[in-house]
Amino acid sequence: MRSRPGSRYGLRALALGYLVLLLALPVSMIFYYTFRDGLEPVWEALTDPAFVSAFKLTLLAVGIAVPANTIFGVACAMALVRRPPKHGTWLLNSLIGLPLALSPVVVGLALILVYGQDGWLGGWLTDNGIQVIFSKPGIILATIFVTLPFVVREVIPVLREVGTDQDEAAWMLGASRFQTFRRVTLPAIRWGVAYGVVLTTARALGEYGAVAVVSGRIAGKTETLTLHVDEEFLRFNEVAAYTTSLVLALLAVLTLIAMNLFKPRHDKEVADVDRRPPGIEALR
Amino acid sequence: MLGLSTAYLTLIVLIPIAAVVATSLEGGLSAFWEQVTAPAAVAALKLTFVASLIVVAVNAVTGTLIAWVLVRDDFRGKSAVNAIIDLPFALPTIVAGLTLLAVYGPQSPLGVDIAYSRAAVVVALLFVTLPFVVRAVQPVLAELDQEMEEAAASLGARPFTTFRRIILPNLLPAMFSGAALSFGKAVGEFGSIVLISGNIPFDTEVASVYIFKNIESDEPETAAAVSVVLLVLSFVVLAVADVLERRSRRHDA
Repeated sequence: MRSRPGSRYGLRALALGYLVLLLALPVSMIFYYTFRDGLEPVWEALTDPAFVSAFKLTLLAVGIAVPANTIFGVACAMALVRRPPKHGTWLLNSLIGLPLALSPVVVGLALILVYGQDGWLGGWLTDNGIQVIFSKPGIILATIFVTLPFVVREVIPVLREVGTDQDEAAWMLGASRFQTFRRVTLPAIRWGVAYGVVLTTARALGEYGAVAVVSGRIAGKTETLTLHVDEEFLRFNEVAAYTTSLVLALLAVLTLIAMNLFKPRHDKEVADVDRRPPGIEALR
Repeated sequence: MLGLSTAYLTLIVLIPIAAVVATSLEGGLSAFWEQVTAPAAVAALKLTFVASLIVVAVNAVTGTLIAWVLVRDDFRGKSAVNAIIDLPFALPTIVAGLTLLAVYGPQSPLGVDIAYSRAAVVVALLFVTLPFVVRAVQPVLAELDQEMEEAAASLGARPFTTFRRIILPNLLPAMFSGAALSFGKAVGEFGSIVLISGNIPFDTEVASVYIFKNIESDEPETAAAVSVVLLVLSFVVLAVADVLERRSRRHDA
């Protein structure tokens, strides 16, 4: 549609104005409020033991949730695409999608009802001296729950496009199952996995609702970075709240850059398959 | 591998969700109904539903507009604008809420103070759902064959008529699918709302905050009952999104 320049500039101004008011202006306020009173309070906030411990706990949760869901994601995608079960595929698919559609607060509640003191497994856990809720395992579990779908959902379409011909060829040429996976399957799906890992990391770093429910908010023990933001804000420590927000925002920008780097490669990975030389297929 | 995946899913997702459903029905159906129809619960669910609908309607328009500008327009810094669209996905929701409060709260540099009002709930939801419609419409618009539009224009159709009769029908499936995803996210949103809405019962308290308060005050049955309502809503939305996405894919092919 060839439109007049007037309407083109009008639409551009509308779109950019909306983005400035909703996105750019609010996010830039983080910088303003963090550095408003100079660097000293920022340094104080960053060296506060509560901040340091929150930072460590967030890293711990990310460090466990991301590898766990990556391994699960690849394994589950392989199983669903390569050897789909006769029954119950729809159930597995909806269970995988569910964490994306659930309110994070409901996720927290669900975990309390199973792993809390009065929960289904609460008695057994207490008898064995394991505390999940209001403790670190609960926070890790909540993080795993909310980030569970990302890797699976990125890997399934790639695996579907790639097919099994190359794997079968490797297998026939005498490669072991692990060798086939490492040398043939993994290289074919690597950008999908990478993109999924980035999405998982972003969500794990920023999870708030589910973690807020199961944490019990013991400063220096069960506080993550997002909870620390909230806690400091409610205590009127604005600089500490904004400094922590800035740290989280910078991490978000890093993941955003990674997303923009990996997404085109991942898309290409899916699209490239059709353009592969005939090779194995031609021999059939 | 399938066995292990299933076990992982069962332990982390299925059993906990089953526990929510079981707890909501602990006192029988009548107790469930009573908890769901309690005035405060109804008010929270209604606000959540209405605010989400408003957000979906606004997103359908602004999301399509932004996608249009990103695909058809050209200006300096466009790729940077394109990259920050995903920021709401990457930015923690509590940080989003805090920053919105800084701009649209009592200390607003724009002089716009909507904190602790229902408008604040809508603004927070608009922030967190921004990417959905944009990212759904953008690829469809980029693939769209411009010959049809040129044909319409050469036959004397005005730009708006061309948009309404030629372009819009092609974008609708993607708009619906993006809108459904926005709705699903909006219905359960918590982090971005909790600071800016003030959580006033019967006024600005959304369903997720109502559930949160009931967990904190040790009323798991009430929390679970309202959660089940949200769960059902989520399932319906997921199903709708799935159907619409498939339809929009068929459209592409």
